[in-house]
Amino acid sequence: METSKTNILILFAHPRFERSRVNRALLTGVSNLPGVTLHDLYEEYPDFNVDVEREKELLLDHQVIIWQHPLYMYGAPALLKQWIDMVLEHGWAHGEGGTNLRGKVIFNALTAGGTRDVYVSGGHGHTLPEFFISFEQTARLCNMVYLPPFVVHGTYLLTDRELEECAGAYRNLLEQLTKGGTELRDILDCEYLNDWLQAGKETADG
Amino acid sequence: MNNGFLHDALIYLAAAVVFVPIAKKLGMGSVLGYLLGGIIIGPFFLGFVGQEGKDIMHFAEFGVVMMLFLIGLELEPASFWKMRKLIAGTGAVQLGATTLLCFGGLLVAGFSWQAALACGLAFSMSSTAIVMQTLREKGLTKTESGRSSFAVLLFQDISVIPILAFLPLLAMSSAPQAVEGHKTLLEGLPGWAQTLTLIGAVAAVILGGRLVIVPFLRFIARIRLRELFTAAALLIVIATADLMIIVGLSPALGTFLAGVVLANSQFRHELESDIEPFKGVLLGLFFIAVGASINFRLILDNPLTVTVLVLGVIAVKAFVLNMTGRMSRLSFDQNSIFTLGLSQVGEFAFVLFAFIAQLRILSAHWSDMMMGVTAISMAVTPLLLLVNERLILPRFGTKEAPETREADKIEGEHPVIITGFGHFGSTIGRFLRANGIHTTILDNDSDRVELLRKMGFKVFYGDATRIDILKSAGAENAKILIASIDSPEINAEMVEKTRTEFPHLTIMVRARNRTDAYDLIDAGVKNIYRESLETSVRIGVDALVHLGFRRYTATRAGQNFIKYDEAALPRLAAHRHDQEAYIFNTREEISIQEELLTKDHRDNPAINDHAWDRKT
Repeated sequence: METSKTNILILFAHPRFERSRVNRALLTGVSNLPGVTLHDLYEEYPDFNVDVEREKELLLDHQVIIWQHPLYMYGAPALLKQWIDMVLEHGWAHGEGGTNLRGKVIFNALTAGGTRDVYVSGGHGHTLPEFFISFEQTARLCNMVYLPPFVVHGTYLLTDRELEECAGAYRNLLEQLTKGGTELRDILDCEYLNDWLQAGKETADG
Repeated sequence: MNNGFLHDALIYLAAAVVFVPIAKKLGMGSVLGYLLGGIIIGPFFLGFVGQEGKDIMHFAEFGVVMMLFLIGLELEPASFWKMRKLIAGTGAVQLGATTLLCFGGLLVAGFSWQAALACGLAFSMSSTAIVMQTLREKGLTKTESGRSSFAVLLFQDISVIPILAFLPLLAMSSAPQAVEGHKTLLEGLPGWAQTLTLIGAVAAVILGGRLVIVPFLRFIARIRLRELFTAAALLIVIATADLMIIVGLSPALGTFLAGVVLANSQFRHELESDIEPFKGVLLGLFFIAVGASINFRLILDNPLTVTVLVLGVIAVKAFVLNMTGRMSRLSFDQNSIFTLGLSQVGEFAFVLFAFIAQLRILSAHWSDMMMGVTAISMAVTPLLLLVNERLILPRFGTKEAPETREADKIEGEHPVIITGFGHFGSTIGRFLRANGIHTTILDNDSDRVELLRKMGFKVFYGDATRIDILKSAGAENAKILIASIDSPEINAEMVEKTRTEFPHLTIMVRARNRTDAYDLIDAGVKNIYRESLETSVRIGVDALVHLGFRRYTATRAGQNFIKYDEAALPRLAAHRHDQEAYIFNTREEISIQEELLTKDHRDNPAINDHAWDRKT
């Protein structure tokens, strides 16, 4: 695909999507955005048999990659890890001659049952970015730009109105990314992408 | 002469092409269509064919000869042995009781005891041609009635040999015979020598099959010319038939024997596929000839005699069959099909009556009359079966539609229809039911339908290719139709009808193998499931595991293989048509396999992962 616009690939991994109110809301919000490709991994590979060649082509066609998934035991569902293990091959994604992903932007979009104040550093606790350090390092190994995560906390507590806001924020984020020209340095300073969006919104309002 | 032949061929083929589709459309089966066509073109209606009808019959009897060759081919000695009790038991009872009752009846009617016995034996025959064709078309060959019918027919077919050997003995004791004009080896020999000759000829066929034909076929096959193999197959059938005619035996029996002898050879499938089309056409011709040869003048001159004979014979046969069926514990539905299906007098009766007339056991007038009775009874059978299917069974047997209970109404229409609930379909049905999806089932085995209804399934009973049954099963509101009947022909017919009548239905079709799948692809079917794919690969995967592969690696290799094989299927299906025509049918399969095996290596490096291997 040869366009000047930025294309976004959502690698969506949810083994129980039919029960997920939040992920459904997030995806419905962005489903009709131009330049966004939704790739439902559990629907495509129920047998975990990831089609590596096809995934590589999809990656090449898109400039922004999103790993969207629920938080399972402080990590991603198994199929997403399988995807990472299978697709990001040595010699293609990293290592000698592995330059195909260089410069692409990637981040996690998470839904978590716990509220944000549970994930604090120090003692036994860790922040969410700390838990996702292996994803960050994987992205770095592949010479990609790893952004902070977009997170929806407290999924069980969300009112319909709050959920609508989250979905709106996600849609807003993807719209901005497809337009391109985002100043990444501002983003990298934030803990969450949500914070950056909030800051942007406040400047616009104020 | 040449013109005459073309003209005849034109009329007969046209009759077939016109009447068989009409009969099929009316749900009557092809046999009735052929018979009707024959009657219409015969001397008593349109008169397109006249007195030569009998000659055509002789020619067309060759269809019966080929049919018996094919039945023989399908009858491996092993499966024959498995059915021995059924064949000997029901077969012997049927033949014996029918002969005895007919014998008694005719004796009372004033025939000599020899004539009565000979006619009784001839009347005990049923028509393998009609019954097998009908059962196959209705997909009933694997039901209890189908198995019993086959057993009885087989016993009759085999009995013709001893009966033919026995008839001369009858003639000897009845009157001094002096048959002129026929030059068979049997003429002029004393009775015991005739019997010996017959046994000798049978032995010749069996030994010749083993020692001559198989090496001969091996030689022909090596030349790799398809039409030559077809010619050789025809030659075998015709040569065997001719040998039998020379010694005065039934050619059909001879070829049946030849078929059984060749059933164990490696050429069985090739012979089958080569002879099959000839058999089909000639058998159709035979049915037309039977229709055309019905002597309506004879009926008009002796309406009472003919009617009494036809009804009497059918009644006696049906009575005996019904008793036999009850003895082998057939359920009401199955027994009705069995009883009425076999109630006609068969094509071997023509052979036997001709022989009986030749031996002067019966006068020409009476043997003509008996042949007429035979032909009429054959024409009546499809009608009887139709009446049985549409009027008797729905009323007294298993109901076509299940009784609607309150529960059904609450559940409403089921989204999935499964046609055929054998081992294959039932697994699908159980799986769906375990996941809370209710299915409507269509099956034509009444025994199974009874059982399933008892288990609370919503089952419709009948022919899945009938639009009205599909409709009452809810095809208009269902979402998916799963065709899981094991006969590819019936599946194909149903798929075709469903696609035109109920275009909204997603159709999922079971295919036995790659060849079936190709045909379905040609018919435009999208969702095709090969029986021979997943299970085979699973065995392969387990074999790899036993050889020391990690289970996950083997599983992934299996998954990839299935994916790759399914992706290649439509391409190869199209490619199939370019293949040169001379390749034998089964060779075609072998060459496809060969092609696949080479491609597996060439195109499919991804069958083995390398994601976790470092290329260093």
